Amino acid sequence: MTAYMENTKSLRFQAHGAFVILKKNIVIYYLKPPVLIFGVLFPVFFFLAFKMGRPIAAENIVPGMVAMAVWFTASAVGPLVTPWERRAKTYERLLATPVSLQAILAGDVLSGLLFGACLSIIPVVLGFILTDAVVYNLLFLVAGIILGAVSFSSMGVLLAAPPASSPSNIMLLSNLVRLPLLFVSGIFLPISDMPFWARWIAPVSPLSYAGDLIRLGFGQEAYFPAWLSPLILIGFTSVLLCGAYKFHRRWRARGL
Amino acid sequence: MSDTVVDVQGLVKHFDGVTAVAGISFAVQSGELFGFLGPNGAGKTTTVRLLTGVLEPTKGTAAIQGHDIRSQSLLSRAHIAVVPEEANVYLDLSVWQNIMLMAELYGIPNKQRTRKAVELLDLLGLTERSKQKARTLSKGLRQRLMLCTALVTEPEILFLDEPTSGLDVQSKQIIHQIIRQLNSKRLTVFLTTHNMDEAEKMCSRVAIINNGQIAAIDTPEGLRSAVRSRQFVEVSFSGQLPILEELRSLHGVSSVDFTDNTIRLYSKAPGQTAAEVVYFARSKNIEIEQLCTKKPSLEEVFLYFTSQDEKEPVQ
Repeated sequence: MTAYMENTKSLRFQAHGAFVILKKNIVIYYLKPPVLIFGVLFPVFFFLAFKMGRPIAAENIVPGMVAMAVWFTASAVGPLVTPWERRAKTYERLLATPVSLQAILAGDVLSGLLFGACLSIIPVVLGFILTDAVVYNLLFLVAGIILGAVSFSSMGVLLAAPPASSPSNIMLLSNLVRLPLLFVSGIFLPISDMPFWARWIAPVSPLSYAGDLIRLGFGQEAYFPAWLSPLILIGFTSVLLCGAYKFHRRWRARGL
Repeated sequence: MSDTVVDVQGLVKHFDGVTAVAGISFAVQSGELFGFLGPNGAGKTTTVRLLTGVLEPTKGTAAIQGHDIRSQSLLSRAHIAVVPEEANVYLDLSVWQNIMLMAELYGIPNKQRTRKAVELLDLLGLTERSKQKARTLSKGLRQRLMLCTALVTEPEILFLDEPTSGLDVQSKQIIHQIIRQLNSKRLTVFLTTHNMDEAEKMCSRVAIINNGQIAAIDTPEGLRSAVRSRQFVEVSFSGQLPILEELRSLHGVSSVDFTDNTIRLYSKAPGQTAAEVVYFARSKNIEIEQLCTKKPSLEEVFLYFTSQDEKEPVQ
């Protein structure tokens, strides 16, 4: 037995496996049309629809724009990867490697995280150049982007679990989840100004907490206590990851 | 130390109330080219998916190189490589990237995987195409690439699920040749197929699976001998042919077939039947042109074991 065979159970081997999955996803999926449409074009058009013709100071909408970019980009990769691999008949070979399902899913989550974190730089930079937006607390801004991205990416991976004959079915499902949550998360309207029923729904969306942290980063008022949002986002990520593992394991052989 | 590399004990798999694999048990020895035959829906692919860790068994167990496929799944998978029946390579990656991806997933060190990949590309005639996207390859070339991505991981056991199904003659021959070559270097090969010719030519031992159960397991020669009722005497006569009814009445003959001037007399004792045929021909003053005893082909054995009729016990 060669050395690498003995090490398959080690954390290092599985972490390396997740990294290889990440590399594969970057090369294959980052430039796929569904990722670009639902991850990049969607938030741009939402922003334009929201801003045009409304008397809002440009710098005030930068945090919402950043949060929305992270939301759409980080959650766009996950719903594509597994359904695409199922349809392309590459998934079975992946499952037969000594890389665990946890490591495969970790690689998928990392792909969404990296995509979301990198693309969120664009609205941040545009905010600096085109508006008077200023970062007051870099820690909150980075925490909002990173913790938000990992949480949204985990949600995307969970949404990819149901066996579907076509990736478009999963993209549809993911938009059915992402769009309603976008409107109740205080992106377009502060949570405190939303109707009573919406204020009750806002806490079930991870975007509410990520948006709050990003607003704090830009020196704006937050709805939730600053210490609570990171904890809740970590909690969301844990629950979404556990759910993703459970359902991917249950349905992994479907649609091979 | 035992030479058993795949040890399957009472493996069962149910899907939504349907039994795909119904308690199969068998063992594969190191260096064997083991054939797994069965009609469509018999449970071949499910068995491969269970052994390669893609599916979890409902009941029973199996071990790959001594590692239980349930409790030591990662270790058991480290010893194997698989070319699944309907699997594909990554079409958006180049030939080289596909090979490197699989090698990296198995943790093969950089120098080792590069050296091995160059060797395999040459062996499988893909060197010129290493930079080409897999999307541009024909089905035969993609299947060769699949084999490349499996072999670059330097497995001890190679699972091939219908590896030549739907391929052109050239690709089929190359894949057969390479499988034989690797097997001669002690690589254990688990080959599922419904191509009898492939199984007969390549496999040292064959298991026939039907309705999720092992119907027979032996060498191809052993299986042919085991099905005594399908052994036959083949005879052709010059001049006038005897009446088939007279031949059917000869001792030990269970049935008679007549095609292209050749008569087949199925018998459990073909030697004795052949002697009776000679005696019969002499008594009727008919000249025998050709007479031989034959065992059934593997295809006939396969049909025998997978048909719905009641079987005679395997000897």
